[in-house]
Amino acid sequence: MFHRRSMIAAAIAGVMLGGVTAAVPAPVHAQENLIDSIVQRGVMRVGVGNFVPWVFRSKTGDIVGFEVDVATKLAEDMGVQVEFVPTVWDGMIPALLAGNFDVVISGMSITPQRNLRVNFTTPYASSGNMLAASVQRMPDRASLDDFNDRSVIIAAVRGSTAAAAVQAQLPRARLIQFDAEADVLQEVLNGNADALVASVPKPGRDAATFPDQLYIPVRETFRGTLEAFALRKGDADALNFFNNWILVNVANGFLEERWDYWFVGQDWADLVPE
Amino acid sequence: MARHNPFVHLAIYASVMALIVWGVYQGAVSTGYRWQWHRVPQYLFEWDDGTLYRGVLIDGLIVTLQISAAAFVLMLVFGLVTAILDGSPSFVGRAIARTYVEVIRNTPLLVQLYVIYFALSPVLGLDRMSAAILTLALFEGAYAAEIFRAGLQAVPRGQVEAAQALGLSRFHIYRHVVLPQAFRLTLPPLTGQTVSLIKDSSIVSVIAVFDLTTEGRNIISDTFLTFEIWFTVALLYLMLTVTLSFAVTGLEHRMQRTVAR
Repeated sequence: MFHRRSMIAAAIAGVMLGGVTAAVPAPVHAQENLIDSIVQRGVMRVGVGNFVPWVFRSKTGDIVGFEVDVATKLAEDMGVQVEFVPTVWDGMIPALLAGNFDVVISGMSITPQRNLRVNFTTPYASSGNMLAASVQRMPDRASLDDFNDRSVIIAAVRGSTAAAAVQAQLPRARLIQFDAEADVLQEVLNGNADALVASVPKPGRDAATFPDQLYIPVRETFRGTLEAFALRKGDADALNFFNNWILVNVANGFLEERWDYWFVGQDWADLVPE
Repeated sequence: MARHNPFVHLAIYASVMALIVWGVYQGAVSTGYRWQWHRVPQYLFEWDDGTLYRGVLIDGLIVTLQISAAAFVLMLVFGLVTAILDGSPSFVGRAIARTYVEVIRNTPLLVQLYVIYFALSPVLGLDRMSAAILTLALFEGAYAAEIFRAGLQAVPRGQVEAAQALGLSRFHIYRHVVLPQAFRLTLPPLTGQTVSLIKDSSIVSVIAVFDLTTEGRNIISDTFLTFEIWFTVALLYLMLTVTLSFAVTGLEHRMQRTVAR
């Protein structure tokens, strides 16, 4: 009996020891030069999540979306190949730090909390998010303020710009986060949430598909969040390179043209699997 | 000699643990991870105007406890009913019991949760929390049924026959002769199953029940404090399961004394 108890105590002590040891700050990581190593390797590896129309799998299984166009042009300009590494949102940062990919280009909104952990480039996009409400649970609303209430449940994809927009603009609502967009939609269709928030034009398309269950109470989008590439901390050269690539491609109209294609137009609508 | 000196074992154990921890730490260092533990306490407790508020991780821990407690009670019900049906002379009873146990044990818990929450819940009118509890109870109940079945079978046949000879009804035979003995035999494996239940409850994060794991994943998505939050969450689960193991060990000890007397 005593023996078993002391084993458990030792196990706890072992784990706590782990916590304490781990708390000792790590020495500054050896200076890396990301751009050089990408060019030498000939491949840029990009971490991506899964949000329509930022980046998603098409009917045929290809990875497509706004981010894909951005990253492909970026790789072209560097003279290298591009490789996409699909990753679940909450595994994105450990994978970035472990070097599984070089940069995250995945509709990642800049927030001060996140910036404490990774470096962000200057923004290359500003998302428009829209809310679609449940006809059964919250009919005939016409203002976003109606949804900023403790009793309101809003569904969004974990880590998406939409989740960030809800936290910023509807702080009183209860935000529930799912890993997949299909689950977010199902949650509202089943009447378990009052509304969903997602990047335009998805909420409008959902409302058109399920007119008896979903409607768009407010046509205008949420205040924009700013999206940027995320990099490991400590590489100013890479940050400078990506920042200036973004500046050049804002100036030459490439980013705006691609933005309009994915977020305004619907030419890509039949790529989305049903 | 060493058998009677727990400190020797403890010293060996501590060295092995230290080596493992050092290895993990070196792995983290080589990725250049910068620990930011100072950002974690706010998610456990918050001071505001001299009042202590619960942080979201503690809220999540409470939800995990609620789910586990409710699922535990239902697990016992499902497990016991199934075990008794399985041991009954009725063909229908045995067929239902076997089908339940085999279907549940041979399909992934995640799939069961999705089917119950997204397909059955709208029909049954279950909310998120009830669907989570029902799924967990059904899953763990199938394993508990096997534990109970083994416990019931371990009670010697002669005891039931003796009770029958005394003219006890079927209910009273179970209530006063079989179940008390089976309970003692099933306690250790049932504790293991309950620990599994607590850990398996983390799967409800996929249907956005605000349990410990969901709160942890949401914080990680917002702050990118990946390892700090996962370690904290693991420690909270560990506290829960170790407390449970201690309590049951104490209970076993007391029951052994009762029997000895």
